[in-house]
Amino acid sequence: MPEVVFAEALCKGCELCVTICPTKVLKLDTSRVNVRGYFPAIVYNLTSCSGCGSCAKICPDSVITVRR
Amino acid sequence: MARELMKGNEAIAAAAIGAGCRYFFGYPITPQNEIPEYMARELPKVGGAYVQAESEVAAINMVYGAAGAGARVLTSSSSPGISLMQEGISYIAGAELPCVVVNVMRAGPGLGGVQPSQADYFQATKGGGHGDYHLIVLAPANLQEAVELTQLAFDLADKYRNPVMVLADGMIGQLMEPVELPPDRPAAELPAKDWATTGTDHSAGRRRIINSLYLYPDQLESHVRAIFRKYAEIERNEVRCELQACDDAEVVIVAYGTTARIARSAIAKCRGLGLRVGLLRPITLYPFPVAAFDPVVRTARAFLVVEMSMGQMVDDVRIAVAGRRPVSFYGRTGGIVPTANEMVKQVQLILEGRGA
Amino acid sequence: MKIVYQKSAGLTDVPLHYCPGCTHGIIHKLVAETLVEAGVLGRTVVVAPVGCAVFAYDYFNCDAQEAAHGRAPAVATGIKRVHPEAIVFTYQGDGDLASIGTAEIVHAAMRGENITVVFVNNAIYGMTGGQMAPTTLVGQSTTTSPQGRLRLGQGAPLHVCELLATIEAAAYIARVSVNTIPRLNGAKRALKRAFQMQIENKGFSLVEVLSTCPTNWGMSPTDALRWVEQTMVPVFPLGVYRDIEGGT
Repeated sequence: MPEVVFAEALCKGCELCVTICPTKVLKLDTSRVNVRGYFPAIVYNLTSCSGCGSCAKICPDSVITVRR
Repeated sequence: MARELMKGNEAIAAAAIGAGCRYFFGYPITPQNEIPEYMARELPKVGGAYVQAESEVAAINMVYGAAGAGARVLTSSSSPGISLMQEGISYIAGAELPCVVVNVMRAGPGLGGVQPSQADYFQATKGGGHGDYHLIVLAPANLQEAVELTQLAFDLADKYRNPVMVLADGMIGQLMEPVELPPDRPAAELPAKDWATTGTDHSAGRRRIINSLYLYPDQLESHVRAIFRKYAEIERNEVRCELQACDDAEVVIVAYGTTARIARSAIAKCRGLGLRVGLLRPITLYPFPVAAFDPVVRTARAFLVVEMSMGQMVDDVRIAVAGRRPVSFYGRTGGIVPTANEMVKQVQLILEGRGA
Repeated sequence: MKIVYQKSAGLTDVPLHYCPGCTHGIIHKLVAETLVEAGVLGRTVVVAPVGCAVFAYDYFNCDAQEAAHGRAPAVATGIKRVHPEAIVFTYQGDGDLASIGTAEIVHAAMRGENITVVFVNNAIYGMTGGQMAPTTLVGQSTTTSPQGRLRLGQGAPLHVCELLATIEAAAYIARVSVNTIPRLNGAKRALKRAFQMQIENKGFSLVEVLSTCPTNWGMSPTDALRWVEQTMVPVFPLGVYRDIEGGT
């Protein structure tokens, strides 16, 4: 399985990663806020993640690191 | 040193190259076009670059970039063009960059005329650009002095990391006189600038930023106060002024630049008529030679300020004299250059008690 | 495990101040990656604009100069003439480049200054709170065109790439966007070509990037990406407008 790591403190909850993901494995975790007050993005279904890195590429804040 | 017959504008340009200046960014405007033209001819010969900018606004911003990159850089213009440069000058002062700006003053306001004037004194010494800053302002009275002060300007600019203005007028720009140019100072001999943007390869990875933006007020206040500590040092160390025949003078003429030069003739005529007249000639307009007035105030009866304007330096003279003696003003404007005889007449009026 | 994507070494550790979903962040990354991959980061100087990207000097991991509004191409000219071996680029928004800086960008291109310009076009003035820009679309509502931009009295948007493509010493002029992954990849290719023009001293290069301003457009970041595709691209067609080596 690919590895998708979030530098959560930098996330602004913009949802570009959620939108861009071709396999729809990302969502905002609305159960909590990060240190900036945003709902952070998370991978909720890693088994369907292809490790394409699109989420990391589109993230304006370089929050996501993807390994495969 | 060879003496060469040169036009003032060209002598200033040659002096700049001799001081190690290798970059000129400017725009044509009468009466200083011989400066960019000289630079366009001569800079490529010494491996420098002449860029004719699209406007004076662009030119002063090119100066900012080149100065921030560590070079000795010159621009020149005349009054309306200097107005366009004010924003850039404020940025250069705020970013603490060195550069030399030559203003060959012409008559204003507005499009005005192309003949000589001294009506940019306020603009040069009291701001012109926004915010708290000062230009060091050097005012030559003849072409040899223009050469010396242009070279001094580059040294002062680098020493204090501040823009310096050489404030000339159309007469100085267009006159031809014999000048001696000192031997060229190679650009390689100049001290290194460890704050210049040369790429992090040259600074062991340490980033260098040239900037005047400080959005936190406490940081901006600290920054401006630090710059003003520099100005305090400049006021202590860099005042230049010339006194001529003041020891026994009843009337002291205060003038700078071309007006001071004409005043010398007026003083000679006055002395020939038995009138005791002297000259106090500021060479640095900022820092203004306030202390030079103190000994003169004790012995002179009156001051006569003569300017090619409606009266700008006279305000600083009044501050320096501080009410201790009467200060009169005589000015011509529109591009008219006062004659020595006019000045003699004003002195006579003062001595007859009818003031000027 | 191999790295598929990680933060570029061309960016500093300073967190970006841009609004959530603003494409400035994406464009910063693409430029930073391009400089690192070309091996020129250590000899790069960025000239920052006045606009949302005014703090660009905090974000790019290289030397920087902050410019007055619109004057970045002139400042870049000064730097490049003093250090011709440096890679000098400006990063400018639509007010900086296409309004107050119109003379500076045209003349830097005219002179063929060997600099690269990254032009971020989001059809609005972001930092100052959403006023009309030269690139605002006809009918687009902004704080200074509250009824929508009117052709009568306000004109139609300026097409910077088309204008600059008429300039002989411009080596590479291209318009791209970053609103989908394929578009983003195309933007990076254009940036790479633009910087390569500078590295090879071939003349002036500019990449216009259609960008979003979710905050002042009044839409979510995702909707803003869609607005670029549906509303901006038809008005500002993507493509290479000038390439002295005939590339596309």
